[in-house]
Amino acid sequence: MQLFVETWRQGWVMLASGSVDVWQIVWTSLLLSGVATLVAVLIGLPVGYIVGAKRFLGRRAALVIFNAGMGLPPTVVGLIVAMTFSRRGPLGFMNLLYTRPIVVIAQLIIAVPVVMAITAAAVAAVPRELTLQARSLGAGQLRIGALTLSEARMGLLAAVAGGFGSIISEVGAVSMVGGNLEGDTRVMTTAMMLFTRQGQYGPALALAVVLMAIVIFVNVVLTGFQTSADRWEAGAR
Amino acid sequence: MTEPLALVGENIQRTFPRSGFTLDVPRVEAPAGSVLALLGPSGSGKTTLLLILGLLDQPDSGRVLLGGRAVTGRDRDARFQMAAVFQRPYLFKGSVAENVAYGLVMRHVPRAEIASRVEAALGRVGLAGYGSRSALSLSGGEAQRVSLARALVLEPRVLLLDEPLANLDPLLKRRLTHDFARILRESGATALWVTHDHDEAIVVADHIAVMNRGRIVTHGPADEVMGLPVDEWTAVFLGMEEPQTGTVVGSAEGLVEIAAGSVRVVVTGDAPVGSAVEFSVRPEDVILFEEGVELPLSTARNQLPVRVESVQARGTSNHIVLETDGMRLAASVSRSSTADLGLEPGRRALAVFKATAVRWKASTP
Repeated sequence: MQLFVETWRQGWVMLASGSVDVWQIVWTSLLLSGVATLVAVLIGLPVGYIVGAKRFLGRRAALVIFNAGMGLPPTVVGLIVAMTFSRRGPLGFMNLLYTRPIVVIAQLIIAVPVVMAITAAAVAAVPRELTLQARSLGAGQLRIGALTLSEARMGLLAAVAGGFGSIISEVGAVSMVGGNLEGDTRVMTTAMMLFTRQGQYGPALALAVVLMAIVIFVNVVLTGFQTSADRWEAGAR
Repeated sequence: MTEPLALVGENIQRTFPRSGFTLDVPRVEAPAGSVLALLGPSGSGKTTLLLILGLLDQPDSGRVLLGGRAVTGRDRDARFQMAAVFQRPYLFKGSVAENVAYGLVMRHVPRAEIASRVEAALGRVGLAGYGSRSALSLSGGEAQRVSLARALVLEPRVLLLDEPLANLDPLLKRRLTHDFARILRESGATALWVTHDHDEAIVVADHIAVMNRGRIVTHGPADEVMGLPVDEWTAVFLGMEEPQTGTVVGSAEGLVEIAAGSVRVVVTGDAPVGSAVEFSVRPEDVILFEEGVELPLSTARNQLPVRVESVQARGTSNHIVLETDGMRLAASVSRSSTADLGLEPGRRALAVFKATAVRWKASTP
């Protein structure tokens, strides 16, 4: 028990004083995962919308692929991306291995199916009659798309949160392709792994607290959106 | 009031390969300013036909004419002249006013005008002052009224209503049926009203098209369609007996006497003696008395001794099937009167109905 108390104290001291580059690591994590989430949303939202809202040949196959993608093991992603961008790999000429862009790419591959699948499910849950109703009142395709996204907005928030959550906490792929380079590709999860291996539990625990705080913050914001919307829809003013 | 337009469907065909269902309607017309009810059981193709006529779905073949002009779903002007109310009042997330304003925003109506039109439309459906409420906090009846206001505010020339009251409880449904019928008449729009409830159809509609298995089996003025079924299926669906056939044996002073076997039935109208006719009388118009009882003074010209064939429970009343010398008819009798008269199979009684209650037409050769 003494270990936990002591480590906890050390962790707080480090966070408060900034004596190690904890905040640099936190910033790198947020930056890389933030960019990856943003790009994942830009790709995943429209594709998820099309798959969720439209009927076309191969739609079912697309849904199966997205759903399977949600369970994609990060280490498999790391392996494939590392091989692809290794010197002997097809994209080795780009020299991206162990750089920030490759970390974003790996995270993107993990997050995109999550965003797509949750978006598709949220959009598909919007009743067809609702869009029919909008069309009957004179709405064109763009307006109907906007209405569908608006009706599915809670699901879309969940898609964004799910995408972000799947990569901010991920360690396998990031360490395999990023190399955990100090000041460059070291993120919270890889740093925690390193500090733990070195027996430096203090900074590892400090990072764990920050990571948990971020995850909780994202979920609190999401739940806040949902409950305020639910309350308003229930008639409370 | 905007001038209403007639809505016509010609040679409409639509096949659903998976289910094998085919809609096949050579012609259907909702005359300008009238309410046409598409009446039929579930799966008869009513909604499919409504969506096609409302330019919300495409037929495999055939065309839709609005005011005599062929139109399609790509015709924005034509779509802007229509509005729809569906079975479930799908209200968009937002306030009641935002919902009602939706179609006006699509039409780029100035904001100041939107506010006044929305308030007026809410007033028409009895929801004045509801504008700021959350649309998703309303009761079923209120939501359906908002749905109607959302369509009416557009002052459409054609209003499409797909079982708008089917999800409501019976009391509310009865009240809204009359409210909606009044509002529709006041709006002056041509309306297409899909329903499986013939009581609802007779209240709201000027014309009725009865549908079965993707086809219109009969189409005409509401009274005519509801009073004289064209075949056995329609009769059963409308809660009546099959129409009877007979021959005109007398015609004078606006009354026609029809012979059906040895039975004589007097109806109103004019027809040449010797012509073959079909006729029917709605069960609600037939009154039963005990056999041999002295009848109260009545203008009912038809008094037929009958035998009870069967007694079928229909909610609060019984459907009594009667037979007299090969002619069948039915009477709708309350449960207590059924017991009072001792109506059971084999029992004899006297069926009384007015000449004006009989619907008839010349038989098609």
